[in-house]
Amino acid sequence: MDPILLARIQFGANISFHILFPTITIALGWVLLLFKVMFNRTGEDKWMNAYRFWVKVFALSFALGVVSGITMSFQFGTNWPGFMERVGNIAGPLLAYEVLTAFFLEATFLGIMLFGFRKVPNWVHTLATFLVAFGTTMSAFWILVLNSWMHTPAGHEMRDGVAFAIDWVAIIFNPSLPYRLAHMLLASGLTCGFLIAGLSAWRWLKHDRGPDVMIALRTGITIGALLIPVQIIVGDMHGLNTLKHQPAKVAAMEANWETRGNVPLVLFAIPNERERRNALEIAIPNGASLILKHDPAGIVPGLNEFVRADGTRLHPPVAPVFYAFRIMVGIGMLMLLLSWASGWRLWRRGDITAPLAWLLVGMTFSGWVATLAGWYVTEIGRQPWLVTGVLTTAEAASKVPAGMIASTLAMYLAIYVALIAAYISVLFHLAGKGLKGVAGPAGLGVSKGGAPVHPRGATARNG
Amino acid sequence: MPALLDGQTLPLIFAALMGIAILAYVILDGYDLGVGMLMALADRQERDRMVATIGPFWDANETWLVLGIGLLLVAFPTAHGMVLQALYLPVALMLLGLTLRGVAFEFRVKAQEQYQRWWDWAFVGGSALSALTQGYMLGLYIMGFQEGWLTHAFAIGAAAGLAAAYGFMGATWLVGKTDGDLQARAVRWTRLTLVATAIGMVAVSLATPLVSPRIFERWFSFPNMIGLMPIPLMTAALFVALWVFLRRMPRLDHSLDFVPFMGAMSLFVLGFLGLAYSFYPYIVPEKLTIWQAASSPESLVIILMGALVVLPFIACYTAFSYYVFRGKATELRYD
Repeated sequence: MDPILLARIQFGANISFHILFPTITIALGWVLLLFKVMFNRTGEDKWMNAYRFWVKVFALSFALGVVSGITMSFQFGTNWPGFMERVGNIAGPLLAYEVLTAFFLEATFLGIMLFGFRKVPNWVHTLATFLVAFGTTMSAFWILVLNSWMHTPAGHEMRDGVAFAIDWVAIIFNPSLPYRLAHMLLASGLTCGFLIAGLSAWRWLKHDRGPDVMIALRTGITIGALLIPVQIIVGDMHGLNTLKHQPAKVAAMEANWETRGNVPLVLFAIPNERERRNALEIAIPNGASLILKHDPAGIVPGLNEFVRADGTRLHPPVAPVFYAFRIMVGIGMLMLLLSWASGWRLWRRGDITAPLAWLLVGMTFSGWVATLAGWYVTEIGRQPWLVTGVLTTAEAASKVPAGMIASTLAMYLAIYVALIAAYISVLFHLAGKGLKGVAGPAGLGVSKGGAPVHPRGATARNG
Repeated sequence: MPALLDGQTLPLIFAALMGIAILAYVILDGYDLGVGMLMALADRQERDRMVATIGPFWDANETWLVLGIGLLLVAFPTAHGMVLQALYLPVALMLLGLTLRGVAFEFRVKAQEQYQRWWDWAFVGGSALSALTQGYMLGLYIMGFQEGWLTHAFAIGAAAGLAAAYGFMGATWLVGKTDGDLQARAVRWTRLTLVATAIGMVAVSLATPLVSPRIFERWFSFPNMIGLMPIPLMTAALFVALWVFLRRMPRLDHSLDFVPFMGAMSLFVLGFLGLAYSFYPYIVPEKLTIWQAASSPESLVIILMGALVVLPFIACYTAFSYYVFRGKATELRYD
C-alpha cells in the first residue's frame, strides 16, 4: 500500500482519537467552573455533587487527551518531517506557545482541582478549576491558529522553499481563524452538553433523579438548546469564509462539478469522480447558489475548475468530503430538534419524558460523530495540500517504509478501539453507580466519604 | 537583532533549554514511572498508596517530555526528523507504554471491579515498557544509530540500566512520601535498585568511550582528564554515601526522608552532565551539530521571548503544587 496514504491514515487515526477528548474537556472545564461557582454562591449540595460526578468524567477524559496528545507530538516528526523543515519557522513557535502557555498550566492545576479540595482554601480550588478550563481553551486557541494557518496561510514569505515569518499578527489572526475557532469551541460546547444530557438521562431512566442529576440534565439540555442555533449560523459563516479562500473544498462539499449559476443544493447523491458526475442525485433547485451567494443565479465554482490541463487534480477527493459534510449537518439538525423538544418539555413541565430520555441517551456521543465528520470535511477538503498553496502532503511525508507504518498503525488502531470501548463503558458504569451512592474501593478518584446528602435512595424507590 | 541573539548563540541557548527539559523529564517522569514498575511487587492496598504519591504530579511531569520533544522539533527540525525516523519503532512502543500507564491511572479505580486488576497490570507494564524503550533509544543514540548487533546489544543494556535507574528514582520517592511498612519495603527496593543503577552507570560510562573514539578523545586526552575528574569522583562518592545512609533507614524521625531522593536526583544530574559533555556539539551524534540543525534565528527569538516570560511562572506553580501535596501522601479523593 502507498506509504503516504498509510501515514495519513495513521496520523488521521491518532488525531481523530485525540480530538474526542479535548472536545469534551474544553467545554466541561467551564461547566465544572459553573457548578463550582454556583455552589459557592448558593451553598446547595446539588451543585457540589454534580461537580464531583463530572470531575471524574473530566479526569478520565483529560488523561486520554494527554496520552494521545503526547503521541501526536511525536507523529509530527515521524510521519511528516517535511512539515517542520518547510514551515517549521511558523509552526514551531505556535506549538511552543501552546506547550508553554497551556499544557503546563492545565497539567499542574489539574492535580489541585482533582485532589486539592481539602488541602487548599476553597477560593484556590475554584481558581484551580478556572485555570484548568482556561488552559484547555488556550491550548485550543494555539492549535487552531496553526491549523487555520495551514488552511489560509498569511503573514509569511517563501525563501528557497522555506516559509519565514514576517508578520506574527497576520499569522495568528489569519483569515479563517475566527470562524474555525468559534466553530470548534461551539462544537466542544455541544459535545459536552449532549454528553452531560445523555449520561444524566441514563441516570434518570435508572430512577436516579436526585437534585444533582436533575441540575446536570437541565444544564446539558440548556447548553445544547442555546448553542445549536449559534453553531448553525457560525457554521454558515465558516462555509462562506471557506468559499472565499478554499473554493475547491466547498465544491467537493456540494459535489458541484461545473462552475455555473443556479446551482442546486444536493441533498443526496453518489459522487462519481471517474466520470465526474453525480449518480442518484436528489437536489433543491438553486439551493447552493442561494446559500453560498444569497442569490438564486449566483455563480458557484465547480470541481472541474481545479483540474490542470495535464489532468492533475488540485481538488480534494469528493466522496469523503461530500458524505462527511452531510453527516455533520444531519447530526446538527437532530441536535436542534432534540434539545429544543427536551428544553420545551423541561420548561413547561419541569421534567423530561422516557422517550425523550432514551433519545438523549442515544445522542450521548453525537457530538463526537459530528466533530469528527466536520474535521474530515475540512482536513480532507484541504488535500492535496498540507499547507494551502505552500506545501503538498506528499512533499512532507517521511521515508519510513510502508511495512513499518502498517504494523504500528495496526497497533495504534487496536489500542484506540479498546480504549474507546473502555471509556464509554466506564462512563455508563460510573453513571449507573451514582444510583447506589456506592463508593468504589479506596484510592484514586473515588469519593469515598461522598455519601449522598439527599435521600436519593428513597427517590429511587418511589420513582 | 542584538549580537547576543545571533545564529551562533541562539542554537546554544536552545540546546541548553532542551537539555534542561529532557533532564527535568527524566527525573520527574523517572520517579513516577519507577513507582509504576515497583507496583509489580506490591499488593492492591499498597498500590493505592503508591499511586497516591504520584497522582497529583504525573501529568505535569509528562509535559516536560512534550516540551523537550517540542523544542527539538521547533529549534532543530532537521535533527528531529532524523532522530525520530531512526527511532520509529521504539518511539511507537514507548507511546504505547505511556498511553497504557496514563489511562491506567483513571481506569484502575473507575472501571468495573472485575477489570481493575487488569488496569493495575497495564499500569505496571506501561511503566516498564516506557522506561525500557527510553533506555533503548538512549543506547541507540549513544551508538550514533549505527547498524549492527553491537548497537542493539548496547541498547538492550542501556534499556535495563535506565529501567533500573527509574526504579531507583521511584523507590527513593516512595521513601520520601510514605511511612510504616511500605516505607520499609521502599528502603529495601532502594538498596537493590541502587546497586543495579551503579552497575548500569558504570557499564554505560565504560562502553561509551570504547565505542566512540571521539568521546574517548574528549575524556581521556590529557588536560581535559583532570578537569573532568570531579564528575566520576562525585558520582562514586554519592553512591557510597547513599549506600551508607540507606543502611540507617527507615528512621523514626522523618525529617531526612527525602535525602535519598535528593541523592538520586544529583546522580541523574551528574550522569546527564557526563553525557552532555560527551556529545557536545553534536545533536545527532557524529552527523549533525546543533548549529547545522537549528531553524531560523527570527523564529527562535520569538520562542525564546515566550519561554523567558513563561518559564518562571511554570516554576512557581509547579513549586506551589508540590507545596500543596507536601509531606506523606494521603489517600487521593475528589471531595
